[in-house]
Amino acid sequence: MPPLTALIKKDFPKLYLDSHAQHGDETVSIKRAGMLELFLFLKDDPRCKFDMMIDLTAVDYLPRSPRFEMVYHFKSSPLHHRLRVKIPLEESACQVDSIEPLWVAADWYERECWEMYGIDFQGHPNLKFLLRYEGFQGHPLRKDYDKLLMQPLVPMRPVAERHDYGEVFQYVQEPPPSVPEQEPS
Amino acid sequence: MSSKRRPTTPDFSAQPMTIEIGPAHPATHGIVRFTAQLDGEVVAAMETEIGYLHRGFEKEAENSTYIQIIPYTDRLNYVSPLINNVGYSMAVEKLFDIEVPRRAEFARVIMSEVSRITDHLTCNGATAMEVGAMTVFLYFIKAREYLWEVVEEVTGARLTTNWTRIGGNANDLPDGFLEMLRERLLKVSDVLDEGEKLVLKNKIFIDRMKDVGILSKERALEYAFTGPLLRAAGVPYDLRREDSYSVYDEMDFEIPVGTVGDCYDRFLVRQEEMKQSISIIRQAMDKLPPGDFMNRDRRVFYPDKAKVYGNIEGLIDHFKIVMEGPKPPPGESYTAVEGGNGEVGFYLVSDGSGKPVKCRVRPPCLNYVQAVPEMTIGHYVADIVPIFGSINMIGGELER
Amino acid sequence: MELILDILLNPVVIALLKIVVIVLVFVAATGTVMTLMERKWMSAVQDRIGPNRANIPFLRDFRGRGALHMAADGLKSIFKEDTVPEGVDLVIFTIAPFFGFISAVVIWAVIPFAAPIGDFTFQITDVNIGILLVFAVTSLGIYGTVLAGWSSNNKFALLGAARGTSQMLSYEIFLGLSLVGVFMVNGSVQVSILVANQNTYWFGDVIPKWGLFTQPLAFVMFFTAMLAEAKRLPFDAPEGESEIIAGYFMEYSGMRYAAFMLAEYIAMVGIAALVTTLFLGGYHVPWLHAEGFQIFGWFMAVPVWLVSALQILAFVGKIIFFCWLIIMVRWTIPRFRFDQIMELGWKKLLPLSLANIVLTALVLLAVDNWNL
Repeated sequence: MPPLTALIKKDFPKLYLDSHAQHGDETVSIKRAGMLELFLFLKDDPRCKFDMMIDLTAVDYLPRSPRFEMVYHFKSSPLHHRLRVKIPLEESACQVDSIEPLWVAADWYERECWEMYGIDFQGHPNLKFLLRYEGFQGHPLRKDYDKLLMQPLVPMRPVAERHDYGEVFQYVQEPPPSVPEQEPS
Repeated sequence: MSSKRRPTTPDFSAQPMTIEIGPAHPATHGIVRFTAQLDGEVVAAMETEIGYLHRGFEKEAENSTYIQIIPYTDRLNYVSPLINNVGYSMAVEKLFDIEVPRRAEFARVIMSEVSRITDHLTCNGATAMEVGAMTVFLYFIKAREYLWEVVEEVTGARLTTNWTRIGGNANDLPDGFLEMLRERLLKVSDVLDEGEKLVLKNKIFIDRMKDVGILSKERALEYAFTGPLLRAAGVPYDLRREDSYSVYDEMDFEIPVGTVGDCYDRFLVRQEEMKQSISIIRQAMDKLPPGDFMNRDRRVFYPDKAKVYGNIEGLIDHFKIVMEGPKPPPGESYTAVEGGNGEVGFYLVSDGSGKPVKCRVRPPCLNYVQAVPEMTIGHYVADIVPIFGSINMIGGELER
Repeated sequence: MELILDILLNPVVIALLKIVVIVLVFVAATGTVMTLMERKWMSAVQDRIGPNRANIPFLRDFRGRGALHMAADGLKSIFKEDTVPEGVDLVIFTIAPFFGFISAVVIWAVIPFAAPIGDFTFQITDVNIGILLVFAVTSLGIYGTVLAGWSSNNKFALLGAARGTSQMLSYEIFLGLSLVGVFMVNGSVQVSILVANQNTYWFGDVIPKWGLFTQPLAFVMFFTAMLAEAKRLPFDAPEGESEIIAGYFMEYSGMRYAAFMLAEYIAMVGIAALVTTLFLGGYHVPWLHAEGFQIFGWFMAVPVWLVSALQILAFVGKIIFFCWLIIMVRWTIPRFRFDQIMELGWKKLLPLSLANIVLTALVLLAVDNWNL
């Protein structure tokens, strides 16, 4: 058994489901409940040090019973190893915890996964459409979404609404220093 | 207060101005939309919107055989299509456990590096153009043209190459190719020197690029930057060394590393990488072994036409590969190659049929575009342009 | 007969004729030619062929090495649809292009083309405030920028206008300050005197006292400030085609757009003429005096008409050289960022021009006191 798999099996026996090392890719399947605990361990533990969240996606195995599977790929830049973590998900409970607080890179990947597979990411700060447009129906990468399906035409928005671009998402890094109001003496 | 009287302390506090940069803006090549709030000329807040070029690569791939996907991969990073071809083919070969002949590996390395040079030439040229040095752009595009003629010589197309196959390449390197490439490389390195002389000794250019769009090493890692941008931030992370896939372990090359992670570092890193690529190509050409360009494994190799028309086994093999596609054993594989922009990963899941259950592309651009607001806020409007130029967003790869 | 002669020799009629010849023939033609030459020289720099496709189909596809593009561009602008976007201030939108145009043309009122022959001057008018008139008129060009950007109802145009205004206003100061040294040396702001003074020599009659040699620092600063004033690269942040697309004239099309472009090129020729007049001796051909060439005691008589012709030729040649220089600058170096333009102006050009004034004053004092 490869070292990382053994480590996870030993430290997280409750989470551990399955593992393999097909074609040399170390892979661990875990349960959903308490997944953030493991991810925090992967990020911070000196034996793991997975500082890069390389990829995040889902796979739809339609007839199978845990229908979906979340797939995370991690890479450690100081220790030069990779790990694939998989989380099987039932269609009825199609949700995982967001790992955006741990790796900021997961932000857009989770948004994409959410809109393509309909998997809910709990705790994601900004779950909005990334590649799809508003008014798109269904989740295009699910296996029961036919490739040739036509989408309904989205009605033209009124001019006033088209010109109003709405609130801008604020990436405020530090608030400007507030000037104390001078008391009239 | 009467209506004529002015307020004693007039309210001069300015309202922020919201401007839309893109989707139809000359600087947002590829298509992306930035909504920026300006405080005077300084960007105070910014939001990115993508999705204008989404073509459903993954959905399309799930409905195609493994061979049919190869042309789709050209359209990912369309400035360096051959690297995508190579990466995808390597992922499928990993599923099949197929060996690639050494000559094919060397040819792949040569063509990948040629593509890397075209990619970096495009990016650096465009960055220079966006700060106003139009001449450098045209010089670099001229050099890119030299190399695209080489690509055309080998693959028959400039952009839509569709060159690799599962277990090798579509064809061997043509006659007289090595001489042509050697001559072209000389020309390209001349152009590189010319371009560097024009911009790297120019104070205006340096002022425009230095300390603009800084992203620290830690943030870059957290954003999972790969490729030139991470190296510019100071992490010597190069998959050619890290995973030493293909025959890169036999090549002698250096990994250029930046110090600050600003646009200037990115420009320099790309510039140096092109020189290293030229050196890799020269080494690979010297070491190019004789041999076959394709693994003639029955599962993946289209039989010769004589066999197809001549005997029933050949015909059946051909029919099976064309109609059902090569069938890898069930399993999953992730293969990453060092693309022009960073780590291009292909995650394939097979259930034993001729079509993949899942064909995922890990786009390096996505992380970069995601980080654009963080790199831009606090800079001037004019700085959006070099920052966006230096991340080298390629729409096809970003949105797949 | 005498009546007709009287009318013809009337100073007003002569001035009008000069205006027609200089502005309509020379300036308009040079500006138009420069639109083509810019593209031709640019393509030479960039290792390309450049525009050469416009042709006359009935004359065996006559192309004239791209010269027909000048006509083609004009025709295209005239026949192009004149789009006016929603919500513009139509009056201001319409008149804005012509402010720049007028200010670019009026400069030519005081530029001499050759030395005067008797009462006849090769100059529309020789007002005694000379260069000050030029300053007054160039600052009018700001209105073109501001009004075009403001009336276009477009945020990029507004940004461009804001940049253009502050840039031109700031550089006007350095423009004036850089020339103070020249005025001090010559003791006048009248253009004819400025040019005539440059026709004297140092060391007998070897080195002409061109502004370039008497005020080298002023030359560099004036040229820089003039580039900024005309919004040519590297100071084209108000237009910055890669960031704010075309800046203040973003919403213009057809003939209105052509007016902006033509004004830019006429202004470019104007800059060249001004720099020539102030620093390169204007129409002055080295060692050519009113009677003929004279150097080291060697003398060759030249007829009066030939002197004037040579002077005009020299003047045009110098103008073309400076136009070429401006275009080469544009296609060699990148664009400044807006704040860098301001920094260059206020932190470098301003102290330098002040230092130049002080230095000039000290030198002049020394010359006066010790009769150097």
